[in-house]
Amino acid sequence: MADLSKSVAIVGVAESDEIGRVEKSNLQLHAEAAYNALEDAGLKMSDVNGLMTAGTSTINLGEYLGVNPTYTDTTAVGGSSFIIHIAHAVAAINAGYCDTVLVTHGEAGRSARSRAGANGSDAGPQYESPYGFIGAPINYAMAARRYMHMYGERRVRQGMAEVAVATRKWANLNPKAYFKDTPMSFDDYHNSRWIAWPFHLPDCCLVTDAGGAYVVTTPERARDLPKKPVYVLGAAEGHDHGVLSQMKNLTRTWAKYSGPAALQMAGVTHDDIDLSMIYDSFTYTVLATLESLGYCEPGEGPDFVANQRTAPGGDFAMNTSGGGLSYTHSGMYGMFLVLEAVRQLRGETGERQLDDPKLCLINGTGGSLSSTGTVVLGID
Amino acid sequence: MTQAYNKPLPTPQVESDMYWQKAKEHELWLRYDNDAQQYYFYPRDISPITFSRNTEWRQVSGKATLYTYAIVHRPPHPGFVDDVPFVTALVELDEGPIMPTNIVMEDPTPEKLVIGMPLEVVFEDVTDEISLPKFKPA
Repeated sequence: MADLSKSVAIVGVAESDEIGRVEKSNLQLHAEAAYNALEDAGLKMSDVNGLMTAGTSTINLGEYLGVNPTYTDTTAVGGSSFIIHIAHAVAAINAGYCDTVLVTHGEAGRSARSRAGANGSDAGPQYESPYGFIGAPINYAMAARRYMHMYGERRVRQGMAEVAVATRKWANLNPKAYFKDTPMSFDDYHNSRWIAWPFHLPDCCLVTDAGGAYVVTTPERARDLPKKPVYVLGAAEGHDHGVLSQMKNLTRTWAKYSGPAALQMAGVTHDDIDLSMIYDSFTYTVLATLESLGYCEPGEGPDFVANQRTAPGGDFAMNTSGGGLSYTHSGMYGMFLVLEAVRQLRGETGERQLDDPKLCLINGTGGSLSSTGTVVLGID
Repeated sequence: MTQAYNKPLPTPQVESDMYWQKAKEHELWLRYDNDAQQYYFYPRDISPITFSRNTEWRQVSGKATLYTYAIVHRPPHPGFVDDVPFVTALVELDEGPIMPTNIVMEDPTPEKLVIGMPLEVVFEDVTDEISLPKFKPA
């Protein structure tokens, strides 16, 4: 593969005007985020010639936004899609199909909470939904139960609690976080109600209304824009299965492949990374992902996050926005990993700002632990 | 008054008609890959193991072990409101494949659900057309 490291830059990021409980349509959330991200980038909609999204088609989105792109991508493989779009933007821009890509997300996950009827003819609806395999918590809980069986229930429970509590502490520092003003102790965690055993409520991500967007362009163009460019150093993707019952190893995600590939493309190692943005649909997702990415060995996740190592002040900076667990999670959360990564690298995150981070690894997980996208971002 | 069954139902397809027809007869049949000499789940005419067309239907024993599970406390769909807590599970059939199902059990707890415990299939006739294979402790 051609060396495409540092061949494009992210130059604008933003949420929709408000996130949390917002009575707006999906497309309005897309549009607000797009407007705000272009403003952040110092660009106009007329500069955009690549359009990417997940969850709706770019023909609906492009019409709503009033843009006629020369390159479109509606890749929808779950919440990881918006990380994977970065890899696709690298390819499209380098191939010359477009030079400025707008990627948007908008989902009224809270206001439109009804679940799909799940009465189709595919494998999931046909063989899983009749048994109540509906929605992410139940599927991920079954994977987590297998992991507990392999690596010990007590220590895995503690590892899940560590992630939930540490992530909440970051949210308490983020003015936009849903749980900004709601602290959580270990007792709060252990005393909370069950959603699907082994998951307590705080093992599960939020359900919010939120939009987000980012803009990708060439380094040449980025140099003339107001914000410091955040370069894409490495990007990789892949998927393993669709429905959970087809997943061969419930404790290893495709990050096992996309993680090393992205790091190799970036020419860096785990030890070089200053911030890790790990898709935290569930506390368990974090443990399985850290291991799959190679930060630690299989089964070592609970030790890796022990003693609030990922909390503010800890020596492994992770999910500094407060994550899907405590900041926002509209349904396909991956977009928001990118926003925080770019802002941390630019030094724009106020009270929760890390000390001069240069390299950030993002890993998105979509579906039922089905798909992953890993990206390494850097700033000069 | 009996309430209408309001959980999601499978919509059998050409390549799964046999599976659901046999389930209605309270038998469990899977697709077998003659080249790989392995069963696979879910049924499709062309094997996902070898991408071979040399496959056929075979009846399996209905014996399995518990691979993993969740005890569902928050109903994921209106049809399950009266069922919580209930158990979703993946079971490993004696013939090899893993399949999604429910474990039929009163008042499920983690103590009663031991990974690896032996199970056997039972069939629940949920409509005139559909019977769902579920599993209970053997």
